[in-house]
Order: sequence, then C-alpha cells, then structure tokens
Amino acid sequence: MENVKELLLILIGSSLVSNVVLSQFLGLCPFLGVSKKTNTAAGMGTAVIFVITLASAVAGVIYKYVLQRFHVEYLRTIVFILVIAALVQFVEMFLRKAMPALYEALGVYLPLITTNCAVLGVAITNVQKEYGILTGIVNGFATAAGFTIAIVILAGIREKLEYNDIPESFRGMPLVLLTAGLMAIAFCGFSGLL
Amino acid sequence: MNRAGERLYNGLVKENPTFVLMLGMCPTLAVTTSAMNGLGMGLTTMVVLALSNLIISLMRNIIPNRVRIPAFIVIIASFVTAVQLLLEAYIPSLNKSLGVYIPLIVVNCIILGRAESYAYSNPPVPSLFDGIGMGLGFTFALTCIGAVREIIGAGELFGYGLMPDSFEPVRIFGQAPGAFFVLAALVALQNYIKNVRKKKGKSYEKIGSGCAQDCANCGDMNCKSRFYDTDSAGKKSMAEGSPKKQETKAGKSDEKTQDTEKEER
Repeated sequence: MENVKELLLILIGSSLVSNVVLSQFLGLCPFLGVSKKTNTAAGMGTAVIFVITLASAVAGVIYKYVLQRFHVEYLRTIVFILVIAALVQFVEMFLRKAMPALYEALGVYLPLITTNCAVLGVAITNVQKEYGILTGIVNGFATAAGFTIAIVILAGIREKLEYNDIPESFRGMPLVLLTAGLMAIAFCGFSGLL
Repeated sequence: MNRAGERLYNGLVKENPTFVLMLGMCPTLAVTTSAMNGLGMGLTTMVVLALSNLIISLMRNIIPNRVRIPAFIVIIASFVTAVQLLLEAYIPSLNKSLGVYIPLIVVNCIILGRAESYAYSNPPVPSLFDGIGMGLGFTFALTCIGAVREIIGAGELFGYGLMPDSFEPVRIFGQAPGAFFVLAALVALQNYIKNVRKKKGKSYEKIGSGCAQDCANCGDMNCKSRFYDTDSAGKKSMAEGSPKKQETKAGKSDEKTQDTEKEER
C-alpha cells in the first residue's frame, strides 16, 4: 500500500505540481515551436510520452546494472545522451517496420525529440533523486503526461488567439510567452495539492 | 589577434546568443532567478563552450563528416562531466542551486550550434575565441536577465538590498511565471527594434526571428533565424554531408519559420 501511495504522489507531483515545462523549463523548444494547432500538439505529446517512458526505463536499467556495477556513475551524462539518441533512432526504425500506422502518426516528431532536454532531464532527475527502476518509469511517464497537458492547453489557447488584434511588437513569440507565463501562474495553484 | 578580437565582439554584441539569436532558452529561463545564478551558469557554459570549440577545431580533420554530431556530443559531454565534478568539489553551493541544469548544458543548442557552424570549419585559435566570445555574450545576457528578475522579485542585486523600504517586491518575478514575462518583454523589444529599422529601409531579415526552434535539431541551412557565417567554407561541406533525417526536419521547421514570419508581419 505504502508503495502504491508513493507512486501516486510522484504521478501527481511530476505531472501537475512541478510541471516539466511550466515550472522546470525543460522541453521548452517543442513547447513553443509545435503548439500552433491542437492536433500536432497532441501528436507531439504522444511521441514525448512514448519516448520519455521508454528512455527512463532503459536509462534506469543501464544505470543500475552497468554504471553502478562497475562504479563509473560519473559517466552518466555521456552514457545517457548516447543511449537516448540511439534509442530514438532504434524506435523510429522499429516503428517504421512493425507499426506503420503508428509511425505515420508519430514519425515526424521523433527526430525532434532526440536532443530534447526533457528526456535527458528526466533520466538525470531519476538518478539524482535515487528512484528505483519502476519509480523512475512512473516519474518519466508522469513528467511526459504533464508536458502533453501543457502543450495541448497552450495549442488550444493559441488557436483562439489567432484572430485577435495584437500590438505589432507582441505578435508571434512574445504573445506565446505571455500565455505560457499566465499558464504557469495557473499551474502554481496545484502546489497546494501535495 | 585581430581576428580573435573580432570573434569576441561578434559573440558579445553582433550575434549575442540570447538577445539576438535567441538560442539556449531553457537554461536562460530556468536559472536566472538571481543575478548570481545567471553569472554562474553563464561562466560554466562559457568554459564548456570554449574548450569544446578548441578541441573540435583541433580534431576537425580527423572526425569524419558522417559521424560528426555524435562525436561533438561525446566531446561536449566529457567537458560537461569534468566541469560538473569540479563544481561539486570547489563551489558546492553553486552546484546545488543550478542542480540538474549543469548536466543539461550538453543539450544547450548554443554549444552544438557553434561546434557545427564555426569550430568544425575554422582553425583552433579563432574557434577558441569564438567560444569565449559567445560564452561571454551568454553570461552577459543571463546576468542582465537575472539582475532584472532579482531587482523586481526581491529588491536585491547580487544579494544586496537596493530598493527603498517602501518597495514591495513582486515575488512572482522570482518564480517560474516571471521568467516567461521577462522573456516576452525582451522578444517584444527585439521585434519593436526590428520593425523600426525595417521602416527606415534597412534589411534585418538575417537577425534572429525568435522562432524558439531547437536549433541543434533543426540543421536548416537556410533558416533565417540562425545567420551564422554564411560565407564560411564549412557551410558547403555541411550542406552536402547532412543526412536525410536532418533534411526532413529542416523542411518542417522551415515551414514553421515562415509561419512565424508571416505572423510577425
């Protein structure tokens, strides 16, 4: 029971309370870049959930059974980034062969995620907080779910903003950043949850 | 030596990575809660940037074109690990306040961007100074943003009280939302300056449009928001050697860039 409770706390904490984009600023580039339409935002979100969950599982296993075993924990930054890059390539090849339908849906977003700082950030956070493999996977999934929630909401707001009359200097990126700031304030409200 | 000076000026002013190119936005927003943090992050990044530029430039004739990106990443990650261990040993307080963002210097697009666009096609000494210049520009920008946020958010600068007692600190500027607001104001100012200059008939198309794309992933040579030395010899070899995947990415982000530009107009 205790274990389940801990996992639930991590699930809520990582997805809503300390949201990966809005309070930790990881994965900001796709958050601002791919949030023009709700459809593409949802596609990006799904791809991110897929990759981060898988990456935190693989990184957790490698950290426990390779790096800790040979006492080379300090190599984690190098190893993690190479593992993540290789993993994304592998996932892309696997999906193209085995599940063409899913590849059609996610394919274009996969390369964009390779050096996304959120993936590496989750893997390193898992190590720093000394999560086990299962806890790490749950944390990865929750973080990615938080990313998806944030990007879909932002895309919804941007679609509405499209037709408004905006001061010339604020068109484009400044407006998106202001929207993200207001969303961050809203997400601050979740901090009372835990 | 003249060339070294030119590279320093270029990084600090002409192509300032934050204010002009809008690169490396994740650390910019995350660690600028105070001027001190901004300064620390900037200097750490500068060390990594300068050293990795130097080594990549020294090894530019050995690294095959096809595997250059993984090779760059390994070199950069090695320096980041070394710097992280040094910080842990000598400045533990800074290491603690920057936390996960130190290992994340690896994926900072400024570093990979400079490696690819400058160090890989230029001799070591200018590359070293290019790294130092870009790093100084980044440090300068982070310290400025951090100072603004610290003054408004806490009424202090580098930990010293500045404002009169009657000043009520706007706490939110020290927290996450404040970062977005400060950056929004910054980009709006950039847009304003660009618009004014456009009306005077000057062409500023080359200056960063603030597309907030992940430039390390973009690899789009015609992207207007990254105007690296277009006449340098390295560009040709990179355009030829760029793998297919990068091209699809490039096409995608190209559309997006054009969209942003339309919006801006």
